Amino acid sequence: MAFRWKNTLTHDDVTPEAHWLNRRQLVAGMAGAGLATMAGGASADSPKPDSWEVITSYNNFYEFGTGKGDPVKHAHRLTTDPWSVRIDGMVDRPGDYAFKDIMAKMQIEERIYRFRCVEAWSMVIPWNGFELKDLLDLAGVQSGAKYVAFETLYRPEEMIGQKYAVLDWPYVEGLRLDEAQHPLTLMATGIYGKAIPNQNGAPLRLVVPWKYGFKSIKSVVRITLTDKEPPTSWNKANGREYGFYSNVNPNVDHPRWSQASERVIGGGLLAKRQPTLMFNGYGPEVMALYEGMDLKKYY
Amino acid sequence: MVDALNRTLRRFPVWPIYAVAALWPAWLLWQGLNGALGVDPVKVMEHALGEKGLQMLILGLAITPMRRYLGLNLLKFRRAIGLVTFWFIFLHLCVWLILDVQIVAQIWGDILKRPYITLGMTGLVLMVPLAATSNNWSVRRLGSSWRRLHRLVYLVAILGGVHFLMLVKGFQWEPILYLAVILGLLGLRLAPKRRVRLT
Repeated sequence: MAFRWKNTLTHDDVTPEAHWLNRRQLVAGMAGAGLATMAGGASADSPKPDSWEVITSYNNFYEFGTGKGDPVKHAHRLTTDPWSVRIDGMVDRPGDYAFKDIMAKMQIEERIYRFRCVEAWSMVIPWNGFELKDLLDLAGVQSGAKYVAFETLYRPEEMIGQKYAVLDWPYVEGLRLDEAQHPLTLMATGIYGKAIPNQNGAPLRLVVPWKYGFKSIKSVVRITLTDKEPPTSWNKANGREYGFYSNVNPNVDHPRWSQASERVIGGGLLAKRQPTLMFNGYGPEVMALYEGMDLKKYY
Repeated sequence: MVDALNRTLRRFPVWPIYAVAALWPAWLLWQGLNGALGVDPVKVMEHALGEKGLQMLILGLAITPMRRYLGLNLLKFRRAIGLVTFWFIFLHLCVWLILDVQIVAQIWGDILKRPYITLGMTGLVLMVPLAATSNNWSVRRLGSSWRRLHRLVYLVAILGGVHFLMLVKGFQWEPILYLAVILGLLGLRLAPKRRVRLT
């Protein structure tokens, strides 16, 4: 069901470059005067979305290289048409779902979300997409299912970063079923009303705005419903640093750096850091999912 | 051919090394302020300074083996290379302090709590006495203990290489190669010295 969640961030259709530079002052003001509103979570006044250039030229997509600029350089090799997503496991209607058929059935809406990387930087991104729940409903989730596993395309001849064993390819991710069915959980197919560029995870990717960015798996080719917690790539690579949940949490540091604050990308050389919000500011919406859980243990 | 190269190098002055080392960071800063370093200029500056510092450190360590095994004499540039290494790593720290972390409480927390930062800081601190004694007066005054003191650079190099290795995510070759080159250059020093035979 579309439109279950209403955008809390503002958005100008076309925002001139100068505005992005002014964000610096906005953010600086926020750090002081905004603390009270921040406690309120998602209602906090947030800066406008980053520019198309920022969002599409600064990417972590190790399938195309480990540098932030590698994906925009190499992702053009990726063939995204035809594309299909295999939905299998504990579903009533397993099978290969063509991307075109999915798009024909889904209602696309805009979601302006904060995006917080585990590396302690952040952006604001105007996604277009549909709720993951709608896609899961299309396949019919069976009653015993508890988790959703995701898989990125493995095609080293096009995804040249996959020739190096930086991670155990293909990239895999997972969510608990209730997280996957949450109205905030999006399958993004566009940015700024345009088809999502390859370097951002074309043709469709997951977006879970209250979790660190690496949970939001890109270029998805498989979705599997299961009753067991699925393995996830960064957890396999370093379980002490990257947990299954990986909710944005300023109180639980990454072993190698603090998560209490974040660098705002696109603010220029002198941009001020801003405090990181619990659940990336989406606490009011998602807190109930983790009631009674020790978030230091389930990081 | 090496002799010809050595002759050319003897005529080449040292001051351009200092000039480039002074101008390059200023140029980086100018680019950063004018949006020419992409959307994340802080990280670009931080990484560029750290990486160039590590490369200069390696170049400095390569001078003795190059002379010993190739006959190439770069000795007159070694002091400049060492001082430039310290300068780049000092600026690397400044960018991290002022532009990246910014928050004083977090800086101390990071230095004490995060092993890769602890190692990096240790490396920089150990370079301070080396930089401070990189002048003719100190060499004369310290005599043979100058050589012993400056062996600290071996430890500094290892700390620098490990610092890089520890900060990347996932399995990446670049820091492994840097550390391997550092260990290789140090290993060459363990090889027994060739005696000159007087027969």
